Amino acid sequence: MAGNKKKFIQGNEACTEGALYAGCRFYAGYPITPSTEIMEICGARLPRMGGAFIQMEDEIASICAIVGASLGGLKSMTATSGPGFSLMQEGLGFACMTEVPCVIVNVMRSGPSTGFPTGPSQSDVMQTKWGTHGDHPAIVLTPASVEEIFHETVRAFNLSEIYRTPVILLYDEIIGRMREAVTIPAPGEIEVVARRVPTCSPAEYKPYDAKGGDIAPLASYGDGYRFHVTGLYHAADGFPTNNTQLIEEACIRLLRKVDDNKERIWKNEEYHLDDAEVGIFAYGVSAKSAKFAVKELRKKGIKAGLLRPLTIWPFPDRAVEELAGRVKAIIVPEMNMGQIVYEVERASRGKCEVKGIFRVDTEPIKPVQIIECITGNGLKPSSPGSKMGEMMVERDMLDG
Amino acid sequence: MGYRYELRFSGSGGQGMILAGIIIAEAAAMYDGKKAVQSQSYGPESRGGASKSEVIISDEDIDYPKATSIDAMLALTQEACTKYHKDIKKGGILLIDSNEVKKVPAGDVKVCSFPIISTARDVLGKEIVANIISLGLITEITRIVSHEAIEKAVLARVPDAFLELNKKALHIGFEKGATLSSI
Repeated sequence: MAGNKKKFIQGNEACTEGALYAGCRFYAGYPITPSTEIMEICGARLPRMGGAFIQMEDEIASICAIVGASLGGLKSMTATSGPGFSLMQEGLGFACMTEVPCVIVNVMRSGPSTGFPTGPSQSDVMQTKWGTHGDHPAIVLTPASVEEIFHETVRAFNLSEIYRTPVILLYDEIIGRMREAVTIPAPGEIEVVARRVPTCSPAEYKPYDAKGGDIAPLASYGDGYRFHVTGLYHAADGFPTNNTQLIEEACIRLLRKVDDNKERIWKNEEYHLDDAEVGIFAYGVSAKSAKFAVKELRKKGIKAGLLRPLTIWPFPDRAVEELAGRVKAIIVPEMNMGQIVYEVERASRGKCEVKGIFRVDTEPIKPVQIIECITGNGLKPSSPGSKMGEMMVERDMLDG
Repeated sequence: MGYRYELRFSGSGGQGMILAGIIIAEAAAMYDGKKAVQSQSYGPESRGGASKSEVIISDEDIDYPKATSIDAMLALTQEACTKYHKDIKKGGILLIDSNEVKKVPAGDVKVCSFPIISTARDVLGKEIVANIISLGLITEITRIVSHEAIEKAVLARVPDAFLELNKKALHIGFEKGATLSSI
């Protein structure tokens, strides 16, 4: 198609391409491996297209800057990795509370703390949901290929605008830095959502007015609308309130914005699940191992299938429960010591066995680990509580 | 049934192993019409330490981007060879720098040996093109990408002032690769 460009690029480059495609015109950040390429490319390209780029003094300032720029009317993004993402938690909560659309990319490396900067990991998956304090909505997308990073970045901006909330794009170092050929769509080929702005006069405008629905239009500073923005619980006009009824309503409305729209936000890939007897639930690079494993298992006549969430938060409860009702077990490989496995267990409601495969030596979970887990030990019952010992067994098997 | 061909380039950080992987993957994906994925692994230091770059080439979509059973591997240093050779499959190819790698791993592997770094330094006057000579050798030995594709991919990645140098380096690799028999 005319205008389409095929490029051989890195995941992080695809993220930047997706952001620019979605209309991102402001980037503030602080460089950190393995996310730095996003910042480098934004720095080179944004100023040439009428956008703005700022290297901030740290990640706390970075997220505050993108919240401010977004209130000024620009689609905004920052990118970081674990240590920087930890610093961003306060600003992330502020963006949730003040309902400011923005996109935060976390390219996961091994932690805790500075950990192993160039080593991949999937150990921030719970932090993206619970890293910032208080009850708050979370939309977190987990792409698993270079091309998918492009499309999910566009989707992240769209969801952020639709629900007036920060959206996190979460992928591991391997997905972020591997290179593949990608076709960049021509402008207009995929949907880009514009911000809903008020049609009323500035005098009538209330930035948190829920009368017309849970998500009020957002005016841009500089367009003549004057309004107050605070992380304190606030009334419809944006000014702080200590009215307990308004506080409760505001908290519930924040969560309801995402909860009531889960079906529109959820996105899963199902691979060979129709007749599956064993399901694998995996995201990011671990889903790539899982897909490889499913193919190999199918060759051996074992009916395995993969449920791969592209939206990890809100958690795909319904898809997991439905799967749990028709398979013997769900295997959850992840590059951490067990995080999303607990969500799978919760959503399965005891309908099938749930078993994790964990790895934290900065090497990806190999397909053979998943294959051995399914064929090797006959799926003995296990609970997450006993997984330490089992992980050691898995580890012995793969390096021996 | 599709094929899956796995390559690993390994050496010390700064020797251009990651770039070598990118170039051969680009040759396959952009010029030979195949599918290719390139990934890398290295330590936090900007130079030194063992560094590797992996490339999977296939005629169908590639699910798993990392090497599982390597068809051909390059090792420019002893450290990299010792650390990374274990994943080479039976009958796979190991190309080593004959001056750098003295302890050749035993096993059912076809070992090809050539003084890559010293050729870059002494014949071409630039040690930095050792990775491009390596690409010529690997292309000739494995034939996993075409000569035309690898040449286009190399030249597309190189600054104008160094086109001739890199072309020469690649062609030395082609010529010497044709004469290499495993030891």
